[in-house]
Amino acid sequence: MMRNARQAPWSLVALTALVALFMLAPIALSVLAGLVNNYSTGLKSGLTLRWLGEVWENYGGTVGASLLLALACVLGNLAIGVPCAYALARSRSRWARLFEELLTLPVAVPGLASALALILAYGTLQGFRQSLAFVLVGHMVFTLPFMVRTVGAAFQKDELRSLEEAARSLGASFAQRFLGVLVPAVLPAIVAGCLMVFTLSVGEFNLTWMLHTPLTRTLPVGLADSYASMRIEIGSAYTLVFLIVILPVLWGLQAVGSFIEKHHGT
Amino acid sequence: MELERTRVDIVRCAKTYADGTRGLQPTDLTVEPGEVLALLGPSGCGKTTLLRLIAGLESPDAGSRIAFGGTDVTQLPIEQRGIGMVFQHYALFPQMTVAANIGYGLRIRGTDAAEQRRVVGELVDLVRLNGLENKRPAELSGGQRQRVALARAVAVRPRVLLLDEPLTALDAKLKESLRDELAELLRRLHITAIHVTHDQQEALAIADRLAVMQAGRIVQVGDGETLYRAPAHPFVATFLGRVNRLQRDEAARQRQVLPLGGIELPCPAPDSVLLVRPEDIEVQPGHAGDGWGRAEVLRRSFLGERVQLTLAVDGQGPLQADVARDHPARHGENVAIRIRPECLMPSHESP
Repeated sequence: MMRNARQAPWSLVALTALVALFMLAPIALSVLAGLVNNYSTGLKSGLTLRWLGEVWENYGGTVGASLLLALACVLGNLAIGVPCAYALARSRSRWARLFEELLTLPVAVPGLASALALILAYGTLQGFRQSLAFVLVGHMVFTLPFMVRTVGAAFQKDELRSLEEAARSLGASFAQRFLGVLVPAVLPAIVAGCLMVFTLSVGEFNLTWMLHTPLTRTLPVGLADSYASMRIEIGSAYTLVFLIVILPVLWGLQAVGSFIEKHHGT
Repeated sequence: MELERTRVDIVRCAKTYADGTRGLQPTDLTVEPGEVLALLGPSGCGKTTLLRLIAGLESPDAGSRIAFGGTDVTQLPIEQRGIGMVFQHYALFPQMTVAANIGYGLRIRGTDAAEQRRVVGELVDLVRLNGLENKRPAELSGGQRQRVALARAVAVRPRVLLLDEPLTALDAKLKESLRDELAELLRRLHITAIHVTHDQQEALAIADRLAVMQAGRIVQVGDGETLYRAPAHPFVATFLGRVNRLQRDEAARQRQVLPLGGIELPCPAPDSVLLVRPEDIEVQPGHAGDGWGRAEVLRRSFLGERVQLTLAVDGQGPLQADVARDHPARHGENVAIRIRPECLMPSHESP
């Protein structure tokens, strides 16, 4: 049989299929477990939407909380992370490098430890401790380095320096050139950073588990709670809810990202 | 478009970087109103530092003074200096159209929309970008980008135009045609312009005067022809073109002659080493009588529009001579050579 050089050998195709099956099976099983009447008897017990209903009743609030939190986290990163990335990219001081490393620390340090530190420092501020803002701070601490690194690398390019000097030579003030020239020029990096931050925030569990209160539960924390205290069918149905809510949002964001990248001049 | 012609005075201007390196030794330079001056030199000679000082992108050492049209601008940041700048890789705003790039400075200044459109239209005509107004920089050729960069820089009617290696980003073939185009545009704009380059052909083609720089200082300033024919410094001679070194001993120096292939050329200069350009060595086939020295052709390289001969000459090292494309001299032949005394350039090297 003649084989095109670009065609992968069948063994590679088979291996890929096997690995893909191995990875997808748990998701499929989990989704299925959330849709059957009784997991121990399996499909024979019949399909139902009862568990999904119960999840929505008990944990429906966590969906909105998680999406709201992720959105706030993205906005916070835009407001703090982008200027911070610019300042770090332009600074030649040793302190700036040190600060950058410090910023990355929460990625390496276990979330539990970061959360504990936040609670020790600000836990006594009652109003703050009980609000979603407290969880938001935790998420910001964790996601900021991702935004700063991504956007900072873009700001550091020599072309960006020239662009800024060109804008200055034409009389642009700092605000004019930052918002009118630099931010649009690094927009693809900012979009990539936003996507990463949103994804990380939605799935964040470690920090959130320590920082949340019964009134500020997020999707992953609710998931853990349902696994621990409810029937396995409810936990599985929860996974399904998570997928139904998150996948369209992520796909939408991806589409926006690639649209911007495609229509960006560089 | 009529632009203001501003005189630029640079007085005792120096730059020491934070790590202690001297980017520019104390330098004096005057650019006449409407003149195009090239800062020419190898990389690291301080030409870019000087340009960035004039632009206001770097601050000079204490005691330096830069004035535009008699007004001291030393302390003014680049935003307020009224300069236009063309960058090495043009630094066009990638997300903006050609028209938006050209109009950027006017928008920043709050010029009304009708006036913006009028100026942008005028400049698009001037730099012949008609029909490309709504393209993005990424869709343009190198030459078109350069014209956008130039139009953007002059749209705000700068007092001085600064060009930082404007042709480096282009390939050799394109460079030559764009060089002439740029020279012509600068003449039409009649603006005081300072042009940084390391390419002597580019400097000669574009600038009215050249300031040749080496190791943080200006070695010589003058029009291209003077610098090429009468360099005051061996560096200027070698940087602006190729040169041969001709040596003589102390006795010949005392007698004011230069031995060359069996004859002695009159040479009253005090130097023991003299310089001569390859095109100034006359070469004739055979033995050509009085006033001509002997030489042997060691190598003949055909270079298209000319032929380069490497000559063995008694009393001198191998010399390079440029002759016409159809010159009959061949490898291994004996030829007669002559150098007109006025073509000998003093090397200014101490004996």
